[in-house]
Amino acid sequence: MAQHEVKYLSNGGAPIALTTVDKLVNFGRSNSLWPMTYGLACCAIEMMATGASRFDFDRFGTIFRASPRQSDVLVIAGTLTKKHAEFLRRLYDQMPDPKWVISMGSCANTGGMFNTYATVQGADRVIPVDIYLPGCAPRPETLQFALMMLQKKIRSQPCSLAQKAKRLI
Amino acid sequence: MRAYQPKDNVQKKSYYNDRFYVTPTLARKSVYDDSVFSNDYLSLTKKVTVNDVYLELDHLVLWINPEDNISAIKHAKEILAYDFLVELSAIDYVATKGGFEIFYEMLSTSKRKRLRIKTFIKEGTAIESVNPLFRMADWSEREMFDMFGIVANNHPYMKRILMPEDWHGHPLLKTYPLHGDEAARWYEVDKIFGREARETIGEEQRDSAAIDRYDTTRFSRLGHEVPFGTDIRDGKEPDTPVRYQEDGGIKIFGIPLVTPFDEIETKNLKERR
Repeated sequence: MAQHEVKYLSNGGAPIALTTVDKLVNFGRSNSLWPMTYGLACCAIEMMATGASRFDFDRFGTIFRASPRQSDVLVIAGTLTKKHAEFLRRLYDQMPDPKWVISMGSCANTGGMFNTYATVQGADRVIPVDIYLPGCAPRPETLQFALMMLQKKIRSQPCSLAQKAKRLI
Repeated sequence: MRAYQPKDNVQKKSYYNDRFYVTPTLARKSVYDDSVFSNDYLSLTKKVTVNDVYLELDHLVLWINPEDNISAIKHAKEILAYDFLVELSAIDYVATKGGFEIFYEMLSTSKRKRLRIKTFIKEGTAIESVNPLFRMADWSEREMFDMFGIVANNHPYMKRILMPEDWHGHPLLKTYPLHGDEAARWYEVDKIFGREARETIGEEQRDSAAIDRYDTTRFSRLGHEVPFGTDIRDGKEPDTPVRYQEDGGIKIFGIPLVTPFDEIETKNLKERR
């Protein structure tokens, strides 16, 4: 039931909540993380499962967006081949700051079992990564946990830090 | 006593050799064992020279000269009713024989028979494209070019199909290293950041068991986070003890429920009571 009456005698006597800019901005950012609809291999199936109704990313405010221009999280879900590396970098560059990257699964972390000529040995050779998520493929719960860790990371840092562009070089 | 063998790089070598292993060979039957195949063979010998012929796993295998591939496949398709070209590729025999074996696997749906036309080309020579006869050869010959470097003459679009177009080398050659040559190892770095970024990014980490505990640029231990790039080598790692809410003690309505643990006040017992 909505309360329209202002109770001046309780809650410190005024309809005011005090907070800091950091907390307010980080509250907004961490609860509306929009990842890009971007799957590379089998991890993308788990990512889709995490977004679907059973595990339900929407309740974290995480809604998959179809364009890098509207996203702030890039989930590298799957094997990154050397042929595809430049496209991943281009998509990352197209995302507006602040942006975060979750490297999902062994292949994106280190190349995984594809210790071959055609696979990038860790997506962090191409773009800066915030969260490394182990597993082959990680369960949806793991991706949820990674997202919550990312939210925690965003909340624990000053909001101006996220504006600074992370550069690999 | 067994002779001592050096143990350096022992994991890189093959650690197990079966002394009694015999490479299995397939029994080859004469072409005259099967009436359909013998008719096909006799029909084809009028058109092209057949160097060798046998039946292997109920397939008719025909060895022809590389310049005859178009006429042999055309004859098999139009006269002998082998209406599918199922598979086409090459096998690397550069080290042992100095060339490639090229095979064309064909299927007749009306006769329910399979035919394999094989030929051998020297390294560096090209073969005529069978794309005009079977559209399937379009991608297969591009793959053969991509993986082995064998050019198919008169192919409409002789370009790489799997690897990027600026790739160096042909990966399915036996001489190509599994982890890639230098161009392959630095491919994504050279392409995205430029050659001068090689030193900054560094070599690929190919050891799947490698853990750099002191790397603070890419990894942080959960609960022991330090600022990006902090040097924590040589005991410079800051002390980050695990803190719990209860460390300051818990009070309910001013009454202490859990007293805080004080390490100084504690006493270590010298011997067991």
